[in-house]
Amino acid sequence: MSSEKKRVKGESLLEISGLKIEGNSDGVWLPIVKGVDVSLKRGEVLGLIGESGAGKSTIGLAAMGFARPGCRITDGTIMFDGIDLRKASEEERRELWGSRIAYVAQSAAAAFNPAHKLIDQTVETAVRHGIMDRAKAEADAVDLYRRLQLPNPETIGNRYPHQVSGGQLQRAMTAMAMSCRPDLIIFDEPTTALDVTTQVEVLAAMRDIVEQFNTAAIYITHDLAVVAQMADRITVLRRGLEVEQAPTREMLKEPKEDYTKTLWAVRSLAKEESISDDIALRIHAVDASYSGVVKVLDNVTVQLPRGRTVAVVGESGSGKSTLARAITGLLPPSKGEIYFNGKPLPKALKDRDKDTLRRIQMIYQSADTSLNPRQTIRDLIGRPIEFYHGIKGAARDRKVAELLDSIELNESYIDRLPTELSGGQKQRISIARALAAQPEIIICDEVTSALDQIVQEEILTLLMKLQKDTNVSYLFITHDIATVRAISDEIVVMHQGKVVQQGPKSQVLNPPHPAYTELLLSSVPEMDPDWLTNLLASRAEAKVKA
Amino acid sequence: MTAQAPDIRSVRARRSFLQNVKRTLASAPISAWFGMTVIVIYVIAAVFAPLIAPYGEAEVVGKAYQPSGPEFWLGTDQIGRDLFSRLIYGARNTVGIAFITTMLSFMIGGTLGVLTALKRGWLDQGISRIVDAFLAIPVLIFALMLLAVFGKSIWMLILILALLDSTRVFRLARATALNVVVMDYVEAAKLRGEGMGWIIFKEVLPNILPPMITEFGLRFCFVFLTISALSFLGVGIQPPTADWGSMVAESKTLITFPVRTFPYIPAPFYPAIAIALLTVAINFVVDWFLHKTSGLRDEL
Repeated sequence: MSSEKKRVKGESLLEISGLKIEGNSDGVWLPIVKGVDVSLKRGEVLGLIGESGAGKSTIGLAAMGFARPGCRITDGTIMFDGIDLRKASEEERRELWGSRIAYVAQSAAAAFNPAHKLIDQTVETAVRHGIMDRAKAEADAVDLYRRLQLPNPETIGNRYPHQVSGGQLQRAMTAMAMSCRPDLIIFDEPTTALDVTTQVEVLAAMRDIVEQFNTAAIYITHDLAVVAQMADRITVLRRGLEVEQAPTREMLKEPKEDYTKTLWAVRSLAKEESISDDIALRIHAVDASYSGVVKVLDNVTVQLPRGRTVAVVGESGSGKSTLARAITGLLPPSKGEIYFNGKPLPKALKDRDKDTLRRIQMIYQSADTSLNPRQTIRDLIGRPIEFYHGIKGAARDRKVAELLDSIELNESYIDRLPTELSGGQKQRISIARALAAQPEIIICDEVTSALDQIVQEEILTLLMKLQKDTNVSYLFITHDIATVRAISDEIVVMHQGKVVQQGPKSQVLNPPHPAYTELLLSSVPEMDPDWLTNLLASRAEAKVKA
Repeated sequence: MTAQAPDIRSVRARRSFLQNVKRTLASAPISAWFGMTVIVIYVIAAVFAPLIAPYGEAEVVGKAYQPSGPEFWLGTDQIGRDLFSRLIYGARNTVGIAFITTMLSFMIGGTLGVLTALKRGWLDQGISRIVDAFLAIPVLIFALMLLAVFGKSIWMLILILALLDSTRVFRLARATALNVVVMDYVEAAKLRGEGMGWIIFKEVLPNILPPMITEFGLRFCFVFLTISALSFLGVGIQPPTADWGSMVAESKTLITFPVRTFPYIPAPFYPAIAIALLTVAINFVVDWFLHKTSGLRDEL
């Protein structure tokens, strides 16, 4: 069970050499993977890490002999247990998929068919491939549910996908992949969409089951700390090329290439906390609910000092985004008061005047949905300038160019559409749009969670620089503790609509903690490859004591 | 996750509008080219009718029911007007009126559809239920009734058809807008304090334009056929204005007579062919556009 036990590694299972894959973009074939070798032994877990666009998912699928629509494998060989997957017919490959090679996708919610029960979907592959009859497959599925530590393993299969939580669904998908006892499982970012506290359980369950059946696995992720727990060996990818490859412990201890070192360095970004008594926004004893029944915010009191950053942390469903909606007036609080510069803020959006609206701006998680895809950068950034400050025409364009400079882009971007920018650039545009209003407060709702780590660091550095220049206050909503460490002055911990703790960063991050803060902080993966093992051991111990 | 090589996209300079048009046209299939050619010919005929037509629109230039020949290419009608000239003027009247009607119905239906999608609540319920009631009554019969009540002027015809047709536009606009109004950029515009006009026309409408343009082509066909049908029944465009529907009606008795001169087609078929050809042409173009914008691409 524990990772102390040496895995039995057998003969070579997967041998990919010189793999080249091209993708079609507007009729032009561009290289995505430019010659990568991957080898995997039976029972071995290989971690593939890299930024988005590195080609890691594409390689993962290629290991099954599959290329996404719009992609083609142009060169190289893919040998799976003596079978050349590039030469194998569609029929032969389909015979392998599901039974000998399985795939676990990032979004379990999207991968399950909402119209069928979990158990039906779990046993489908085994029954279809004729490996087991239905009764046996069902008994086996229940066994797998138990091994994956799903609650009520005998009955959970009778539920529909929407009736279980995200973490449970992700484990059910792992059970589905395991149902035929495949030789190889490909995990494609299986925990990225989960909360840290849930992630721990899912990671532990996945690691366990792979070990129990001695299955080989490719684990794709952008999170180093996660891959450190899971993989025996790590391959770092960048722009379709392998940067370096080494056993996990070796690579964590001494990465050789500069690029790998920068990946490691990201985590070290930190800011000196600074406390201020000049309160810009005070949220006092606020209750809020959707449709008046369930309280999503319960007696929430939070203070935001001027020119400082307050991070609001919590899992999904903790009410942190609802807090943002209450402040912006989209969801008027049912009780309590919000004071802005000492004066009560009108509760509903429509009662606030233009100048108040200007002073409180918001940046969203996904720049893809928060920037209108039909508007150019000129319109996107220019509109608040025109709307709030009445500056039009050439003068407005000059302002837009200045703002583009301040977010480290330049005026050549002014006629682009958001679709022509990268994820990080788009988020910069969102920041510029908020700045254009010259606000006093910016609410940042998970602004970095959709970005790669290196891009995240750039965005956070930019936000800090802008705070220094304009003395703007940030209310920074996030579930990522590393981000909190990096930029906050004060921290608010939320759980189930209540504030668990508010205080200066040094106080919240250091013991003694309230129980929930402790759980949250201890669930954040660390680079140490023994972290998960130790954490599980200490939690089990605590349980025995209690 | 799994990005699409962002750095490659961002360095490419934008194509100019003209280059985009050229690129798009180069990929058009033959059916779309046929459709576009026909539409262009119709538009030219409609705009330059007085220059192209050999005779006046309502001018009696020969004897009744003359066969086709060098003097009158398609013969004359029941009181001796040149059919070819009337066919050309008919393009101007029928197509022109259908175009104005469709535009009007899109303005009404499109605006209301987006507005209800944004506002929801009682406004949405109210307008949607009224629209449902309208949709339950067949257009042609309803239009006949309203025209009988309010009189048969051209503007009344346009207004009534536009109103009836806007119910269908409303449904599409509302349905597509519902997917757009949940986007963060619409919320961002609300938080900025933007008015309804800006949100409807600048934030939502540009994003539902492809299906709306497609629908415009199809609705135009239906309006155009309805006008022709109403004219055929005598309540649409009134004589002596040339109109394809009423031209079919006026010469319908000839359908049983054999034609002994070239091109051997009875007179009522000319306007009928004109109607059919335009409908088919528009459908070809719309099909192509729909195929392009819906992402139904051929396998790469």
